[in-house]
Amino acid sequence: MLLLVTFAPIVAAVLIMLGLPARTTALAASALTLLTSVLLFFGFDSIAPGFQFVFTIPISTELRLNFALGVDGLSLLMILLGAIVLLAAVWFTGEIEHHENAFYACLLLIAGGAIGAFASLNLFFFYAFHELALIPTFLLIGIWGTGNRRAAAWKVTIYLALGSVILLVGLIMLYRAVPSSARSLDLRVLQAAASAGQIAPAMQSSIYLVLLIGFGTLISLVPFHTWAPEAYASAPAPAAMLHAGVLKKFGLYGLLRLALPLLPDGARHWSGLLLVLLLANIIYIGLVTIAQRRLDWMLGYSSVMHMGYIFLGIASANILGTTGAAILMFAHGLSIALLFAITGEIRKRVPSLDFDAMGGLAKQMPLAAFAFGLGVFAAIGLPGFSNFAAEIMVVFGAFRNGFNYQHFHIFQWAAFLALWGVVISAVYMLRAYRRAFFGSSPEPEVVVADIRSGFRFPIALLVAASILFGFFPQIAVQRIAPAFRNYFTASQ
Amino acid sequence: MSVIQWLVLLAPLAGAAIIALVTRRTHSLSAFISVVTVLISFVCSCIVFAKPEISVTEIPWIEIHGFLRVPIGFTLDSLSKTMLVLVSGVGALIHIYSLGYMRDDPGNSRYFASLSLFMFSMLGIVLANNFVMMFIFWELVGLCSYLLIGHWFERDSAAAAAKKAFITNRIGDFGFMLGILMVWGATGSVVFDDIIPQLWRVTSNPTFLTICVLLIFCGAVGKSAQFPLHVWLPDAMEGPTPISALIHAATMVAAGVYMLVRVGFLVQASPDALGVIAWIGTITAVMAALIATQQDDIKRILAYSTLSQLGYMIMAVGLASGEAAMFHLFTHAFFKALLFLGAGSVLVALHHEQDIWKMGGQGRNLFLTFITFGVGMLALIGCPPFAGFFSKDAILSLAYNRNPTIFALALLTAFLTAFYMMRLFVVVFFGKPRSSVARTSREAPTSMLIPLVVLAVLALIGGFNFFARHFLTVPHERDAAQFVPGLALVAMLLGATGAIFLYRGRESDPFSLAILRKKFYFDEFYRALINATQELPARISAFIDRWVIDATAVRGTSGATWSLGALLRLMQVGNLQAYAFIFGLGIVWIIYFALFR
Repeated sequence: MLLLVTFAPIVAAVLIMLGLPARTTALAASALTLLTSVLLFFGFDSIAPGFQFVFTIPISTELRLNFALGVDGLSLLMILLGAIVLLAAVWFTGEIEHHENAFYACLLLIAGGAIGAFASLNLFFFYAFHELALIPTFLLIGIWGTGNRRAAAWKVTIYLALGSVILLVGLIMLYRAVPSSARSLDLRVLQAAASAGQIAPAMQSSIYLVLLIGFGTLISLVPFHTWAPEAYASAPAPAAMLHAGVLKKFGLYGLLRLALPLLPDGARHWSGLLLVLLLANIIYIGLVTIAQRRLDWMLGYSSVMHMGYIFLGIASANILGTTGAAILMFAHGLSIALLFAITGEIRKRVPSLDFDAMGGLAKQMPLAAFAFGLGVFAAIGLPGFSNFAAEIMVVFGAFRNGFNYQHFHIFQWAAFLALWGVVISAVYMLRAYRRAFFGSSPEPEVVVADIRSGFRFPIALLVAASILFGFFPQIAVQRIAPAFRNYFTASQ
Repeated sequence: MSVIQWLVLLAPLAGAAIIALVTRRTHSLSAFISVVTVLISFVCSCIVFAKPEISVTEIPWIEIHGFLRVPIGFTLDSLSKTMLVLVSGVGALIHIYSLGYMRDDPGNSRYFASLSLFMFSMLGIVLANNFVMMFIFWELVGLCSYLLIGHWFERDSAAAAAKKAFITNRIGDFGFMLGILMVWGATGSVVFDDIIPQLWRVTSNPTFLTICVLLIFCGAVGKSAQFPLHVWLPDAMEGPTPISALIHAATMVAAGVYMLVRVGFLVQASPDALGVIAWIGTITAVMAALIATQQDDIKRILAYSTLSQLGYMIMAVGLASGEAAMFHLFTHAFFKALLFLGAGSVLVALHHEQDIWKMGGQGRNLFLTFITFGVGMLALIGCPPFAGFFSKDAILSLAYNRNPTIFALALLTAFLTAFYMMRLFVVVFFGKPRSSVARTSREAPTSMLIPLVVLAVLALIGGFNFFARHFLTVPHERDAAQFVPGLALVAMLLGATGAIFLYRGRESDPFSLAILRKKFYFDEFYRALINATQELPARISAFIDRWVIDATAVRGTSGATWSLGALLRLMQVGNLQAYAFIFGLGIVWIIYFALFR
C-alpha cells in the first residue's frame, strides 16, 4: 500500500508524458493516492511501536543501501497532506495553454517526490525524492509562471539548489559521524546509533548547524527566506499550492525526523539561535507582511511567517511542542493551499492584485469570498480549524520548556512574542480580506465571474480535512505522539 | 438528560450548518430553521434548569499524558444554568424579532446562519469547564461578531467596524491566553476543577498571581469593551440592530463578566488585581456616560450606555461581589435588549434614519414602541420599581461599603445615565417630527412587537426578589446604609428632570462639547499609536527585507549564479530544463563519491 501511495503519482506522471489524457489520468492517480493514504492513516496502529507498513528492497549489500519505505504517525500525516493537496491542486488546474501534459506531470512529480521523501527510511532516497520534487517546481515557475517569472525561477532555483547542497553536506557529515562499523544510511540504524551515544556532542553541534541552514533555506527561515514571496507570486496557483503546502514541509519534516532524534545535543546547543531566527520569522516577517500591498505577495510572506510557529514547536523539544508542530505543518499546508488556489482564480479575472485596485469582490464572487474567508480564518488560527489546535500545542509546548515562575526562561518570552504574532497575523489577513473582498468595487460595471461551482469539491476537501482535525485533534495526536515519546525518552 | 444537555449547545450549530450547506438559497426556510433551533435550545435549557442536579461532562479533545489535558468539558451548575436560560431566552426573542427586521434583506440566510453560530458560541462559553474550551468559544464569538457587524460588507464603514471589533478582541485575547498559559504553567491544568486544589501554587506568589489575574482580565476588557479596549463597541453599531441587541444584552459583552465570575476562585484571590479591576470598571462607567450625553445617533447613545453599565458590572466584580455583577448582568440583559429592539423598531419606521435630531414626536406614531421603550429607559436609569433599580442599588450599596470614591463616581454615573437617557427619550418621542420620514412613520410588524412586549414585562419584574431568586443569589449587602437608595433616587431625578428642562421642544442640541463629541479622542490617539508602533516598523521592516537582506543575499549568490551561468554557457545549454536535469545528475554523482568511495 505504501508503495502504491508513493509511486502512483510518479507512474501517472510518466504515463502522461507517454500520451495518456493528462487531466483524467492526473485526477485518477491523485484520487487513488488520497484513498490509499486515508486507508493507511486509519489502518495505522497507534499503539504498536516503530515504523509500520515497512517495505524493503535490498539494492546493494556491498554499499549497505536499501530501498526502504515505512511510516510512523508523523510521516503518515505528511503523506495524507500531500495526497489531499495534490488532488486539490490537480482539480484547480484550469486551462493550460501549452504543454498541458508536462504541466500535470510536473504537479504529480512534486507530490510524488514529497510523499516519497516522507515515506523513505533511507537517507539516500529521502534526499533523492526531494530532488525529484524540486526540479519540477523550478520548471513550473519558469515556464508557466506569471509576472517576472524568469527572474523568480532563477532566484528560487539558486536558493533551493544551494539549500539542498548544504543539506547534502550535512547528511554526509551525519553519515560519517558514526563509527565506520555502524555506518548506514538507514534511519533506524542511525537512530539506534544515536541513542547508543555514538555521535559526539561537538560533532552533533556542527552537523546540526549545517542541517539547520540547509533545511532552513528550503523552509524560508529568516534570513534565507527572500526567495519565497517572489516565487509564490510568480508560480501558477497549483504549483504554489503544492510547494507551499507540501514540499516546503520537507525541511521541517527533516528537522523533526533527523535533527531532533539524532542530534539532541546539537539541538540544545543551538536552541538560542533557532529561537532568535524563528522569532524573526514571526515578528519581523509579520511586520513585513503588514506592509505588503499586493495580495499574492502578502500570502507569500504570511506563509514565511507561519513557518516560525512550526519552528517554535520544533525548538521547544518536548512531545507537546513537536506534536503541535507536526499538526501545524498539516494545518498550514491545507490553509495556504486554499488561499493560493483562490488567489490564482482571482488573478485570472482581475487586472491587478494590488490592494488599491481591488475591492468588493465578495459581491461578484460569493463562492470565492466564502472559500477565501475560510482560508483566512484557518490561517489566523480560529478555533475549529486544525491550525488552532496545533498552535495551542506549540505555544503550550514552548511555554512549558524550562518553566519556573520565579524567573522566566527564554522560552516563556518566546511563547509570549509568538502569541503577539497571532495578533499580527489577524491584522494583515483581515486587512487583505477587507481590501480585496469588501467595500465597493473599483469598477462596478465590469462583471467578474465567480469561480466554477465544480471547484466546491476541492475547497470542501481542504476545509473538511482542516475542520476534522480541528474538532478532533486527538485522532492525529494519538498517532504522532508515540513517535516523539520515543525520541525524547531515548535522548534523555 | 445528557441528550438534552447536548441539544442546548448543538441545536444552534446544526441550524447554522444546515443553513450554510443546504438552505442558503431559500431565505424564509433559513430563517425558520434558525428560529426553530434556538427555540429547541431554549426549551432544553429550561428543562436543564428545572433539574437540580450539578454535573460535569467531559470527552477528550487533546490529551498528551504528563503535559496537557484539554477536554471538551461542560459544567452544569446554578451559574451556568441561569446563563443558559438567559442567553437562549433573550437570543430566541431576538431571532423572532429578526424575522421581521431582516425580512427583505438579500443576505438573509447568511444573517441567520451567523446568528445561529453566535448562539452556539455563546452557549459554549457558558458551559465550558476549562480555560481552553472557554477560549475556543470566546474566539468563535469574536468571529460571529465579525460576520454580523460586517453583514452589510459593501459599506466601507461596516467592513472597517467588523475588522476593528475582531482585532481589538484579539488584543484582549492575547492577554487572556498569556494568563491561561501562566496559570497552566503553575498548576499544570487548564480545567477549573483541577486548578482549585493546586491554587496554592499560584497564590503563594502574590506578584505572579496578580499578573495572572490581570492578564486573564485583559480578555474581559476586550470582550466586555472596557477602557482602554472599548473603542470597538460603538463602531459595532454598523451591524443590523438586532445584532446590536444580541451583542449588548445577553451575549458577547456579557461573556467577559461571566468569565470573571466563573473563574472567581482565581480573581478573588488577588486583592491588588481586584483594585485594578474595580477602577477600570469605574473609569469605563463614568467615561462612557459622559460621552453618551453628547451623541446624536440613537444606536450610539445606547452603545455608550452599554459600556457604562458594563463598567458597573466590572466594578462589582472588582469589589469582590460576583453576585452583584451577575444580578446586574441579568436585569441589564432584559432592558438593554428591549431598548435596542425598540430603537430598531423606530429605525424601521424611519427608514434607517439614526440621527435623533431628525426624529421627534414618535410617541404618537409608534405608540407601542413608545411605551415599551419607556419601560426600558426607566429600568436603565434605575427608577423603582423597574429591574435596573434593584441591581444598580446592589452595586451602589456595595461600593458604599467598600470604597467611598468609587461610590461617588458610581453615583455620578447614575446621574449622567438618567440625563442622557431622558435626553434621548424626549428628543425622539416628544415634540414635533423634524423630518419628512418622521411625520409618516408607521408601527413595525407583529413579529417585532411581540419580543418588545415580552422584554418589557421582564424589565418590569426582573429585579424583584420573587422573580430573580429563582435564577440567582440576589445579593444582600449587610449593614448597607439606608440612604443609599435614596441618594440614587435623587441622582436619577436630578438627571432626568435636568434633561427634560434642557431638551424639551428643542430643534437641535444647545450644547456642543468637542471633547465628548470626539469621544475623548480615543480613535485619533489609537490611530497615531498604531502608525507609530505598527505601520512605521512594518514599512521599515519591508524596506530592510527588500533592500538589505534580499539585496545582500542576491549579491552573495550572484557569484554562484555567475559561475553556474558560465558553466552552462560552456556546455552550450542555456535553458532551465537542462540545468535542472544536470543539477539532479550532479547531486547523485556527489553522493555516490562522498559515501561509497
